[in-house]
Amino acid sequence: MRGATILKASDDKTKELNRHTLMAFSGEAGDTIQFAEYIQANIQLYSMRNDTDLGPSAVANFVRGELAKSLRSKKPYTVNLLLGGLDPITEKPSLYWLDYLAALAPVPYAAHGYAQYAISEPLLVGRSADHKHHHPDIDFDQGLKILRMCTDELKRRLPIDFKGMLVKIIDKNGIREINYDDSKPVASA
Amino acid sequence: MDTLVAQYSRPAFEEEGYSQEDQHQLAQITPSLSLNFALPPLANPSAFLRATTDDHANPDCPIKLAHGTTTLAFRFQGGIIVATDSRATAGNWIASQTVKKVIEINNCLLGTMAGGAADCQYWLAYLGMQCRLHELRHKRRISVAAASKILSNLVYSYKGMGLSMGTMCAGVTPQEGPALYYIDSDGTRLAGNLFCVGSGQTFAYGVLDAEYHYDLKEDEALELGRRSILAATHRDAYSGGFINLYHVKEDGWVKHGFNDTNPIFWKTKLEKGEFSNVTSSLV
Repeated sequence: MRGATILKASDDKTKELNRHTLMAFSGEAGDTIQFAEYIQANIQLYSMRNDTDLGPSAVANFVRGELAKSLRSKKPYTVNLLLGGLDPITEKPSLYWLDYLAALAPVPYAAHGYAQYAISEPLLVGRSADHKHHHPDIDFDQGLKILRMCTDELKRRLPIDFKGMLVKIIDKNGIREINYDDSKPVASA
Repeated sequence: MDTLVAQYSRPAFEEEGYSQEDQHQLAQITPSLSLNFALPPLANPSAFLRATTDDHANPDCPIKLAHGTTTLAFRFQGGIIVATDSRATAGNWIASQTVKKVIEINNCLLGTMAGGAADCQYWLAYLGMQCRLHELRHKRRISVAAASKILSNLVYSYKGMGLSMGTMCAGVTPQEGPALYYIDSDGTRLAGNLFCVGSGQTFAYGVLDAEYHYDLKEDEALELGRRSILAATHRDAYSGGFINLYHVKEDGWVKHGFNDTNPIFWKTKLEKGEFSNVTSSLV
């Protein structure tokens, strides 16, 4: 987006770092891509040199280190990140939330930007109302249902139109994109 | 024994890739992307630049940069159409009505200018130089993706220092087919089917979005490009002059004229009955 016009409606704001780690980014134009490509190149270099992939927590701590270094430089990257990964050995999934101030937090679910407000509602409010939405043991379809609730909430409550969603899944088979139909209108409550 | 251990205790990758000397040599024949410029001897050169050139915030600023443009480019079944207006303004002053805003990088690659005229002219000429050097070094023509990345990395290295440019790179290469990239001074670089850049972009998008589809015939596509620029020159005070029209095909670009908007406007109005907001008789 530049000024009041949309330049591109289907931009992929994620980068595959290795076979089981995906990084989503938002923030200052230019910085985002430059930083993401820098991280991607370094993680891929590690995989090539050592014939093993860095696990999600190692990747997250590496990225945090680079962000912290950048924060103390003359021109810091203004980039916020979400890092999702699956440990290829233990097959345990993990998600990390990072912001441009180099804060790193392992979290069960997360969002950046305006989506934060909308995401917390279906995930948190549901819990107090005694029909738990988020739980570590939910299956894939249940997860997709929660995602649908979140995107519906975004459509319902935010004054801007996101022009579609890009959904990627990380599991033991690797990373894949799924077809996510976001064209249905959402009636406001 | 010790030598044997030493041989295997070193990391396996140490011997891979280029040696130290090779790297040094490569670094020498490939000079750093960004040139060195003298900066004003101040603590914050970019703030100084903004204070002296930004006439939006300060109408009395001493330097008025040439700004204001409409440029567009879109991909279609028969290649890429590139169209621009030709007006350059400095503040409220029309500095020129005959600017060439399409820069011919080589016979298959075009760049467009929007934003600071000097920045665009200089850096697109520089891009042309880098593209030619790439051709000589690698014995094949540069891809549009690579060319646009040279430019985006370059402007990114100057981020926050006051560069102002919104450009498009259009070209056809055997590897990629027709390719179109948008690059601006924020460091944004996007591939896409359709872009409009400049102060008149919204007016051009209005016409282009309504009529555009990928299967446009060649003459329809050229007419759509021309009509979109015409709409922008009609409504945007900072766009006008001549319509510069190009068609990029597999075997290079073809120029389709540099035509005055005035006769085109009256032809469009009187023959097609468009622009009914303008009266053609005295009331």
